[in-house]
Amino acid sequence: MNKPKIAFFDFTSCEGCQLTVIDALQTHLDLLNAVEIVQFREAMTEKGEDYQIAFIEGSCSRESDEARLRAIRERAETVVALGVCAHLGGINAIRNRQPLEEVRAYVYGDKAAWYETGPARPISAVIKVDAVLPGCPIDREEFVRAVKHLLQGRLPQLPDYPLCVECKLKENVCLFHRGKVCLGPVVRAGCNAICPTYGDSCEGCRGLISNPNLDAMKDVLHEAGLTVEDILTRFTMFGTYQLDEVRRTEGG
Amino acid sequence: MGTLHVGVHYITRVEGHGHIVVDVANGTLQRCDLEIVETPRFFEAMLRGRPYTEASHITSRICGICAVGHATTSLQATEAALGIVPSEQTQLLRKLNFFGEILDSHILHVYMLVAPDFFGVGSVFPLASTHPEVVLRALRMKKLAGDLCAAIGGRHTHPITLTIGGFTHLPRADELEKLGARLEAMRADVDATVELFQSLKLPQFERETEYIALRQPDEYAFIGGTITSTDGFEYPISAYRQVTNETLLPHSTAKHTRHNRESYMVGALARFNVNHDKLHPRAQAAAAALGLKPLCTNPYMNSVAQVVEIAHCVEEALNLIDRLLVRGIQPEEPPPVEVRAGEGVGACEVPRGTLYHHYWIGEDGRITGANCIIPTGQNLANIEADMRALVPTLLDRPQDEVRQALEMLVRAYDPCISCSTHMLEVSFVGATQGNS
Repeated sequence: MNKPKIAFFDFTSCEGCQLTVIDALQTHLDLLNAVEIVQFREAMTEKGEDYQIAFIEGSCSRESDEARLRAIRERAETVVALGVCAHLGGINAIRNRQPLEEVRAYVYGDKAAWYETGPARPISAVIKVDAVLPGCPIDREEFVRAVKHLLQGRLPQLPDYPLCVECKLKENVCLFHRGKVCLGPVVRAGCNAICPTYGDSCEGCRGLISNPNLDAMKDVLHEAGLTVEDILTRFTMFGTYQLDEVRRTEGG
Repeated sequence: MGTLHVGVHYITRVEGHGHIVVDVANGTLQRCDLEIVETPRFFEAMLRGRPYTEASHITSRICGICAVGHATTSLQATEAALGIVPSEQTQLLRKLNFFGEILDSHILHVYMLVAPDFFGVGSVFPLASTHPEVVLRALRMKKLAGDLCAAIGGRHTHPITLTIGGFTHLPRADELEKLGARLEAMRADVDATVELFQSLKLPQFERETEYIALRQPDEYAFIGGTITSTDGFEYPISAYRQVTNETLLPHSTAKHTRHNRESYMVGALARFNVNHDKLHPRAQAAAAALGLKPLCTNPYMNSVAQVVEIAHCVEEALNLIDRLLVRGIQPEEPPPVEVRAGEGVGACEVPRGTLYHHYWIGEDGRITGANCIIPTGQNLANIEADMRALVPTLLDRPQDEVRQALEMLVRAYDPCISCSTHMLEVSFVGATQGNS
């Protein structure tokens, strides 16, 4: 039987999701035997252009990225966005909140024109994406489950309920009760509530669920003495692009 | 004779995107650049306007490999700006987490990125069937390093618990005990790693340069210290700009640096050259077994210095675990923060060399300015100087050998291009090969 050929690609990112893939493979060597990795620049020299499944990490942040993304799309049967940068623009999109010229000038001064750049966007802004592995970084076990699904010819499914569900199952003390602010009530579960479990608030790296209960969220915020604006500002750490899109849709 | 065009487009087995471009005409080196083509990242601009509390979580996303290093350096800068001094327990735990990351990064580099060159393969994957004992050892060691990071930070890539003044979650004593037992058992793997690198023949190439690293009076420095150069200079961390002197070049989205000479080197070899007297005796024994002696001027030996640091970090992590267990993990909350306007610099020896974060915080607690100087950026000018010295010695070799020698050179520096914003492909300019 032919093993499915898979390839990994990266755009604007820290490559932490690919490192998480390497970490996941080290405890699932069986997966490594079930596939043929034909391209993975961070880990291997060989560069095969014949693949069925493409995992793409990173945001599209310059025009010249677009042709490369389209070429991957043409070759791959299935494109999977790996991590929040590819999924939603991620941290990179914070810069979209300021005029691009200011951002460029702050870092590169009068030499800014030497380096091509644009606003940071999810890859779905350029090509069709078949499946998403959210998070910053991706969740190891979710990646392993996703590969198993793909090997069976199915697309991985994401939970579409809020993080609070997982947090409750883990019997964590709610961070709001500890005087902290958490995005758990409106953010997609699937990470096993790892940040609240380790005492830190959810920062929303997995993005909003498709139908967040905003009224309940407002009540929680009101009790904590916070406004919707406070929490939206927090959400811009990973979700600037998604928020802008919601606003565009509502305004448009 | 003496005409060579080399182009390596997208150097593989490095973190990030770079090309090597070499052009030799009639025996004269016309061009020898390490092009950094990573997209600009703009972290410094993105930090502006964000609350100071977010800085360490945002900047850990500069790099998936040295996320702990960025987070730790970021916290140091913020704490310096706000006048916060972390407790002894916090400092010990941060250091233990840091050793975990140095181990993880060095093991990844020496086994998965460098070693395939010596086995004549393109990646670590084929070694799983030809040299399973090597791959299984690497995975075993790397898993332990990752588990150590996760016990303290919640996970290795993008740590969760590290916060201003302390931690949001503390490891339990029994977790540390188990990690200690596994680290003791890892000594055999460390010895086997030293033996493996004894058997590998590294290219012979010497070029003396200035080596810069942080130095501490009583330990092999990783977190904080005095900026120290083998050319005899010393600076406090706050004066880092006198060392780095950043400049921009059109072929690199990462900034270049220079100090006393045309370039300087940071990283494991620089640390060894500056701080070899502070290494743990077992690491000194490893250095002796590997033929690593100060002042070592062969940049390919950086990978060997990393092996020596692996031996050091295992021993020091064991010492730290002992200290933490003896004093007991105290249920500390981070100290309250009094927000004020301020400025602070943090510096750490992350796996690839000295990392600086410098923040300005406004009265409202929002960041008004930031400067991050990354180890790989500091090494770029030195890598190019090495290439300029190395290429003329290779002109009679076939192009593939030249390409491999250059790629191995760049890889020895363990460049982290996403971090430095921007790095590896070799392109030999022009299509003709007239070198034989």
